[in-house]
Amino acid sequence: MSALVVVLTLPLVTALTVLLLPARARVPVVLASSALIVLAAGALALAVWHGGPVTLAVGGWAPPLGIALRADGLAAALIMMSALVMGAVALAAQFELTPDRVGARMGFGFWPLMLLLWAALNAVYLSRDLFNLYVGVELLSLAAVALVALSGSAQALAAALRYMIFALAGSLLYLAGVVLAYGAHGTLDIGLLAVRVPAHTDALALGLMTAGLLAKTALFPFHVWLPPAHAGAPAPASALLSALVPKASFLILIRLWFEAMPDLASGAALLVLAALGAIAVIWGGVLALVQKRLKLIVAYSTVAQLGYLFFIFPLAGGDGSAQPWAAGAWTGAMFQALSHGLAKAAMFLTAGIYIAAIGSDRLGDLRGLARTLPMTGFAFALAAITLMGLPPSGGFTAKYLLMTSAFAAGQWPWALVLAGGGVLAAAYLYRPIAALFAQRAQTAARPIPRAWQAVPLVLAALSILLGLLSAIPFDLLQIGRPAPAQEGL
Amino acid sequence: MSLTVFALTGAALVGLGVYGLLALPHLLRRIMCFNLIGSGLFLFFGAAGARGAAVDAIPQALIITGIVVALSASALAVGLVVALARRTGHAALPDEDRAP
Amino acid sequence: MSLALDLALCALILGVALATVAGGGVFRAVIFFITYGLFLAIGWARLGAFDVALAEAAIGAGLTGVLLLAAHARLRRMQAGDAPPPAGLNLPAALAGAGMALALGWAWFALPVPATPDIASALPRSGVGNPVTAVLLNFRAWDTLLESIVLLAALLGVWILARDGDWNAPLGPRYHALSGGVLVNFGRFLPPIGLCFGVYLVWAGADYIGGAFQGGTVLAAVGLVALMANVVRPPRVSYALLRAAVVIGPAVFLLAGLLAAGFGAGFLTLPPALAKSVILVIEAALTISIAVTLALLVIGPPDDAGRSS
Repeated sequence: MSALVVVLTLPLVTALTVLLLPARARVPVVLASSALIVLAAGALALAVWHGGPVTLAVGGWAPPLGIALRADGLAAALIMMSALVMGAVALAAQFELTPDRVGARMGFGFWPLMLLLWAALNAVYLSRDLFNLYVGVELLSLAAVALVALSGSAQALAAALRYMIFALAGSLLYLAGVVLAYGAHGTLDIGLLAVRVPAHTDALALGLMTAGLLAKTALFPFHVWLPPAHAGAPAPASALLSALVPKASFLILIRLWFEAMPDLASGAALLVLAALGAIAVIWGGVLALVQKRLKLIVAYSTVAQLGYLFFIFPLAGGDGSAQPWAAGAWTGAMFQALSHGLAKAAMFLTAGIYIAAIGSDRLGDLRGLARTLPMTGFAFALAAITLMGLPPSGGFTAKYLLMTSAFAAGQWPWALVLAGGGVLAAAYLYRPIAALFAQRAQTAARPIPRAWQAVPLVLAALSILLGLLSAIPFDLLQIGRPAPAQEGL
Repeated sequence: MSLTVFALTGAALVGLGVYGLLALPHLLRRIMCFNLIGSGLFLFFGAAGARGAAVDAIPQALIITGIVVALSASALAVGLVVALARRTGHAALPDEDRAP
Repeated sequence: MSLALDLALCALILGVALATVAGGGVFRAVIFFITYGLFLAIGWARLGAFDVALAEAAIGAGLTGVLLLAAHARLRRMQAGDAPPPAGLNLPAALAGAGMALALGWAWFALPVPATPDIASALPRSGVGNPVTAVLLNFRAWDTLLESIVLLAALLGVWILARDGDWNAPLGPRYHALSGGVLVNFGRFLPPIGLCFGVYLVWAGADYIGGAFQGGTVLAAVGLVALMANVVRPPRVSYALLRAAVVIGPAVFLLAGLLAAGFGAGFLTLPPALAKSVILVIEAALTISIAVTLALLVIGPPDDAGRSS
C-alpha cells in the first residue's frame, strides 16, 4: 500500500474506528494512528523527493472519466506540516479536552471531528479534480464549523453560524465556476484543463471559483467571520482552524491560477489579489493591536499573516516571460504557509495552556505567567519570532524570499508592506509577551503537566528549524512546481 | 430550445437565491436561499450536460452528490439555528437586523 | 407542445421560488420551498434525468423540507420569531442577484459544446448498467465515499449541538402521537411497504434508476414515521448499534477500496468480474448508513428539555 493511500485513508479509518470504540480507548488509538500518519507523510515526502511527483488514478480510471490524485512537493510539504500540527494538537487535547474537564459531549466530539478535518485536508491537498475538491472542501467546512460550535456558548454558536454562511456562499460560488468549467470543457481535471481549448466563459468560471475560495481563505474583505470563529473554539480546535484550514482553499487557488488556467492571469487580476492581501496584512495587524484577549490577538494575526500568501500572484508571475525571481516568490509564499501553520498552532496551544492554568486569556490576567510556566512562555516567544519574520525562523526565510523577489521584480510596494507588516506583528505580539514576562509572580495558576507544556514548544521550535534547515523544504517545494511558476504567469 | 428554458430558469433561481441570502435576516430563510442557489446551479448544469448528442451521465452523478452535500450542510445549519435560538431567543445573527 | 409544457413548468418553478423568498411567514416559505422541490423534480424528469428527479424529490424537497418544518416548529415553541421579510426591495442585494443571474445567462449562450468523457465504452467494465450508478460507485467512487463522510460529519456536528446536560438523553424531541390515532396506525403499516420500496430502489439502481441515496432516503422516511408515531423509541448517542449503523456504509466502502489496494489493483479499483457484487455490497451497507444518518439528522441532537415540555 502506497504512502499516498495511507495518508489519504488512515484519518478516515481512524475517525470511523473512534466512533465505535469505548471512551477510554479513544485517545490511545488517535495518538497511535497520528504517529502512523506522520510516518506515512514522511514516507510520501521521501518518495516525492527521490522519484518526483506521485500520482494515482483512483479506481484505475484516468481523467476525464475518473479522478486523479497527485502529490507534488507542495502537497507533500503541506501534508507533512498538517500531520505534525495534527499530532501535536492530539497530544495537547488529551490533556485539555478530557471528559472530566470539559464534559462527555466535548470529550467525545472533538476526536472524530478532528480526524475528519484531517482527512478532508489531505484529500484537498492531493486532489486534481475540481468537483472532488468541492466535496473535500465541504467536508472541511462542515468539520471546521462543528469544531467552532463545540464549546456550545451563544457566542461560539453565532460565530459558527456566521462562518457557515461565508463557507456555504464560498462553496456555491466555487461550484458555479466548476459547472462552467465542465460545461465548457467536458473535464474537471486540472491537468486536462491546462491544455484545454480556451472558451469565453473561462474568465467568469475562474472569477467565480476565486471569489468563493477567497471567502473561505478569509482574505480581506471576507475576513470578518474568522476572528470570532477562531477565538471562540476550544484552543486545540482553534489551532487546527487557524493553522491548517485556510491553507486548503489557498492551495486550490494556486492550483487554479498556476496550473489549470495560467493563461487567464492578467496583470490587473494579479494586482487585485495581492492588493487585497496587502490590505489584510495592515488591517489585520491594526485590529490585532487593539484586542484585549490573547486568542483574539492570535486570530487577527491570522488575518494578517494570510495576506502575505497573496503576494505570490504578481511576484511569481508578471509579463509571461521567464523571470528569475518567480521561484523565490513561489517558495517564499509556501514557506509562509508552512511556518505560519506551525507557529500559529503553537500559539493557540499556549493560549489553551493559559486558559487551563488561570481560566482566562485576558492580557491583564496573563501578567507574570512566564515565571509560573516558563516552557510555555518560551514557546510563545519562539512562535512570535516566526510570525514577526525575525531570523533564523521559517517566517524570516519566507519574508526574505518574498522581499528579495519584490525588489528584483521592481514591485517595491509589496516589500514596503512586508516591512510594515513585520513591524505591526512585532507591536501586536509585544503586548502579550510583555504581559507574560512582566515582573509579577502569578499565584493562582493551576499546575500544567510538563508533557502538555512541551507540545507547543516543539511546534514553535519546528517553525524556527524550518528557517535553519531551509534548504531541504526549499528543494522539496520545487518538485513538480508548475511551469508557469518557473516562467512567470 | 427547452434546454435553454431550463438553463435560464436555473440562472434566474441562482439570482433569486442570492437576493434572498443578502436581503433576508431570518436564518431559516437564508438556508432555503442557499438551497435555491444550489438547485439553480444544478439545473443549469443538467441542461448543459444534455446538449450533446447523448446525455452526459457525469453531471447527473455530480448533481446527486451535490444534492446530498447540500442536505448535509442544511442539516448542520438548521441545527445551529435551533441551538442559537435556544440560547438567545432569536433566529437571526446577533448584530444584524433581528427577526422580531 | 413540449416547449410550451417546459415553459409553463419553468414559470411554475420560478413562481414558487419567488414565493419562497418573498412570501410572508417562514412556515409558508417552507411549504413553498417543498412545492418548489417537487416541481423541480418534474423538471428533472423532463430533462431525462430520472435519478436526479428521484434524488431531488426525496432529498431536496422531502427531507430538506421535513428538516425545515421540524426546525420551524422548534423555533416557534421557543418563540424565536417568525418574521415577514423586510418590506421593500433591498437594492444592493437585487443588483447582486441580477448580476449573478445575468452572468450565468450570458454564459449559457457563450458556452461551447465540448466532447464529454466516453462513458459508453467504459460502462461494460463498470459492473452496472446504469451509467449514473457507474459514475457514482465506480468511475468517481472517491467522490461518493467522501460524500458519505460529509453526511457523517454533518451528523456529528448536529450531535455536538446538544447541551451538556442533555448528552445522555435520547435523540431528538419527544413526539406525541395519540394512541389509536392516524399517525400510530400509519406508523405500523407504512414501514413494511416503505422498506420494500426502499430496498427495491437500491437494487434497481444498479441497472435502471434509483440507488443507495434515493433508497436510503425512503428508508429514512420510514424510520421517521415510526419514530414520530412512537412505534420505535429514539436511541441515545452512546448506543453501540446506532454508531455501527452510521459507520458501516463508509467503513465497507473504505474497506473495499483498501482491499483492492492491498491486492495490488489500486485504491478503489474494482476488477470487472467482481465489480457488480462489490458494488451491491457497498450499496447495501451505504443504504443502511444513509437511512440512519438522514433520519438522525432530521430528529436532531439529544434534547431533554424538548422532551419534558
